[in-house]
Amino acid sequence: MSISLLLLIVAVIGVAGYLVGSQRASALAGGKLSSLHSRPGYYGSFVAIWAMLPAVLALLVWLVASPIYISSTVRDGFPDEVKAESQATQNLNYNMIGAISRGLSLLTPEERTALYADGTTARTVLAAKGVPLAADPAPYMLKAADDLNRMTTASSTFRSILALIIAVAGGALAYRSIAPRFRARNRVEGVMLVALIGASSIAILTTVGIVASMLTEAVHFFNAVPAWEFFFGTVWDPRFAAAGATDSSGQFGLIPLLAGTLYIGLVAMLVAVPVGLFAAIYMSEYASRHVRSVAKPLLEVLAGIPTIVYGFFALVTVGPFLRDISAQLSGLVTGNYSSFIQAQSVLTAGFVMGIMLIPYVSSLSDDIITAVPRALRDGSLGLGATRSETIKRVILPAALPGIVGALLMTASRAVGETMIVVLAAGVAARMQLNPFEPMTTVTVKIVNQLTGDLEFTSPQTLVAFALGITLFVITLCLNIYALYIVRKYREQYE
Amino acid sequence: MNMMSEAAVEKALDKKMNDISYKMIGKDVSVYYGEKRALYDVNLNVRENTVTALIGPSGCGKSTFLRTLNRMNDTIDGCRVTGRITLDTDDIYDPAIDVVELRARVGMVFQKPNPFPKSIYENVAYGPRIHGLAKAKADMDAIVEQSLQKAGLWNEVKDRLQEGGTGLSGGQQQRLCIARAVAVSPEVILMDEPCSALDPIATAKVEELIHELRANFTIVIVTHSMQQAARVSQRTAMFHLGNLVEENDTDKMFTNPDDQRTQDYIMGRFG
Repeated sequence: MSISLLLLIVAVIGVAGYLVGSQRASALAGGKLSSLHSRPGYYGSFVAIWAMLPAVLALLVWLVASPIYISSTVRDGFPDEVKAESQATQNLNYNMIGAISRGLSLLTPEERTALYADGTTARTVLAAKGVPLAADPAPYMLKAADDLNRMTTASSTFRSILALIIAVAGGALAYRSIAPRFRARNRVEGVMLVALIGASSIAILTTVGIVASMLTEAVHFFNAVPAWEFFFGTVWDPRFAAAGATDSSGQFGLIPLLAGTLYIGLVAMLVAVPVGLFAAIYMSEYASRHVRSVAKPLLEVLAGIPTIVYGFFALVTVGPFLRDISAQLSGLVTGNYSSFIQAQSVLTAGFVMGIMLIPYVSSLSDDIITAVPRALRDGSLGLGATRSETIKRVILPAALPGIVGALLMTASRAVGETMIVVLAAGVAARMQLNPFEPMTTVTVKIVNQLTGDLEFTSPQTLVAFALGITLFVITLCLNIYALYIVRKYREQYE
Repeated sequence: MNMMSEAAVEKALDKKMNDISYKMIGKDVSVYYGEKRALYDVNLNVRENTVTALIGPSGCGKSTFLRTLNRMNDTIDGCRVTGRITLDTDDIYDPAIDVVELRARVGMVFQKPNPFPKSIYENVAYGPRIHGLAKAKADMDAIVEQSLQKAGLWNEVKDRLQEGGTGLSGGQQQRLCIARAVAVSPEVILMDEPCSALDPIATAKVEELIHELRANFTIVIVTHSMQQAARVSQRTAMFHLGNLVEENDTDKMFTNPDDQRTQDYIMGRFG
């Protein structure tokens, strides 16, 4: 019986349990529902949970445990000379047995008997069935594969029987415990609570897992390269040497990358903050409800565009445009038509990233400005202030902490943004102040270091994790600080 | 009723007949929120240096009428006002009238104290500053002090003018808002249930203040409290379902009203 069919049957048992459970509860109440502790649906859910949950858990355990058990049993049956070989060879043999067993299950009984009689034909027979083997199987393998098949079948049968018994027994047990004063609601809600906690812990545990894995790899990197050279080094030159060479130590200075990240982020914020803020002020204070209902979603569509698309836009449109226009400008001024803005530059990347950030700034700020109580607006207008005086002197000061928080969150996005800079910022890691020249960022270098075909244990690759964890810490700090500010601001009005 | 108001308009335009001087005159004022009509041809005149109380059950249109007097309804999407309202002789809905100037002449105090998140001093100085009423710092200091004194708050806050206005108690905040309105030297002050968020002691202080302000300002106050209307006002207007039911001397209104609905409302039979 396949797993999905089994699950379906368990689910059917659960639904049936729900129905009989709630019916029994109703019957016990005898038309007077108030004599029950919980409403009948809770008794039904209680039965259904008991029917399904233990059965599914048992099934999960079985699914994990039985392949392990079967594998170790089969390996125990290996001839002694095979057991004496290395673990890797044994694994290969076991995989081959697995392939044979898959092939065997495709054969008719007659073919199978013939195969057992003459093991040497195995390779050709199985290849005909679409199961290629790497080599002619050793004689013990056929037997082992046969054992494997038998055990798998038995396991599957036992699994089904066990799950069904548990489902029925659990349901029956729960059904018997139904009584008017039985606190079914509390039990059901307890289970729901556990499920909710489970869901939120998955998110948290994933974060912890990601950080832990980055940390371990970063520690490997710092074993090869001293931390101070990484954090305070001013030269980025990882030197992609051939694998195995010993003198392949490059220089891994974080500073030029960080400088590029912050510079491009700064340009992006210079574009996004004024435009986004003005858009937010218009949306929240001046736009009529009709305009707002159309314009706001349109503005937020910008936030839904994948950043790789912005990347193309920068690479194909903005970069060449800036380059050409700078050539024209310098031609007009000096007569020499050479562009002073390169197609890949801090300006290109920053400008396009700024456009990407506009909806974040405007949407967050709009929410914050709208949250300023109407009473403050009325108070100011009632004193004869104009709309713009009201905005400048009352609303923006009141909303300022929240807006600062929103800008910090936006900045952390700018720091972590990858695709736009990969395409538009260039890969040259250098420290300079000319926004018309290319610079590179931490994220670009992470992509570069991980997409090479270097071995995974070299510092050239591991540095990506050190960069990643650095970036993570920076954005985490920005976000925490932003949340702190926003929360403090919320308290003011509640 | 309608006839009487027509006559009253005539009188006021002729200026001060019968010793009654009307500061504001509302004629056939109707208000629509989108499709919904909130006021039906209200004719109500506001006497100078008098406290006029607007009473009536919730949703009767008294706050709506109050807000037409300084065009605060303009800030509400889809709100439309018809009819004619004059301040002295100026039609306040005339396109030639600047709403900013109007609101400087007709100030407003709101239901919930709404001090700006600024210092006490800055709260009071806000209006004079945007209207350019004070040239030097000393002038501004004087305006702030006088306004706080008129609002009866000076002695309580004179040592902490630079502290935040939101840190005051509810009653103090409301008097700060009154000081803020007074600082612009308006001619009329509109109060929209100014005591509904205050405890009885703070309420008593604000009511006392309204009494004193009457000498210099014309006051229109919306209130849910019959006792408050009786205590602070000289004239009372009763609204019901968007109509003006009756307008009379407060004493007469609370002892022998002309309209049965007024009597029922005052006796607590509905509303």
